[in-house]
Amino acid sequence: MVATPFTPIASLLGGALIGLSAVLLMWATGRIAGISGIASRLFPPYEDRAFAGRLAFVAGLIAAPVLVRLVTGSLPAQTIAAGTPALVVAGLLTGFGSVWGSGCTSGHGVCGLSRLSLRSLVATVTFMATGVATVYLIRHWS
Amino acid sequence: MTILVQFAIGLLFGLGLVISGMSNPAKVLNFLDLGGIPAGTWDASLAFVMAGAVAVTFVGFRHVLKLAQPLLADRFHVPTRSDIDPRIIVGPAIFGIGWGLAGFCPGPALTALGFGSISALVFVVAMFAGMVLARFIAQLPSSTRLAAPVDPLET
Repeated sequence: MVATPFTPIASLLGGALIGLSAVLLMWATGRIAGISGIASRLFPPYEDRAFAGRLAFVAGLIAAPVLVRLVTGSLPAQTIAAGTPALVVAGLLTGFGSVWGSGCTSGHGVCGLSRLSLRSLVATVTFMATGVATVYLIRHWS
Repeated sequence: MTILVQFAIGLLFGLGLVISGMSNPAKVLNFLDLGGIPAGTWDASLAFVMAGAVAVTFVGFRHVLKLAQPLLADRFHVPTRSDIDPRIIVGPAIFGIGWGLAGFCPGPALTALGFGSISALVFVVAMFAGMVLARFIAQLPSSTRLAAPVDPLET
């Protein structure tokens, strides 16, 4: 594993920006900023005509580090320890589970908890628990 | 206009992910690693991201949802379900395993694409496949009989 520094100020500030984005999306479009919901609806079947807006939102997500690099000349550290087979399995599980459970860290964790939704609380506690258990098994089970 | 606004809002979300450190899977995994507390390698940053995001969203939603309608749409699409069905536990349980394996959830994985990471691309392609599969299964007649939500993706 790679040690990472504890960054309370930057993380609180970045979190506030994520919250601001969620509020602005609700204000502008009336939609929950749930990334799994937005990303999965880029694919058929299409239930509404909001495709272009979703694609623009995702393009914004991807453009963020590009903008950071243009402005500051560098990017923060990014360490992806998982190998290709693990990434494929993890991606499949993340994609399937987030759609099956109607949301991920953003839709349930940020927007749902902010709306005091019981379903989102159950979802958030559950994915935190299995996430913690998975990391424990990988790093400490011997 | 709407497209440009949504691009800007997505950009803001992505900047939040980069600044908070969540576009780095190692930080996420070190948060989930409660076994690292005794060794001093636990990284509590993710809790601060959630706290900052929920605090702003909690206050912001209170104000915005009092409005008659959104600026650029005819109505608010806010989830109304409150029942605890098996899917609201099984889905997040599966998602959490994937999250713990690689340290990526959907938002940070997409933002990681902008770092030019091939690993992130592999993850995102697999994630899209998993999403399409889940939507396909949710639409099968047998599974709608079991769950029958009006919108299978509603939060």
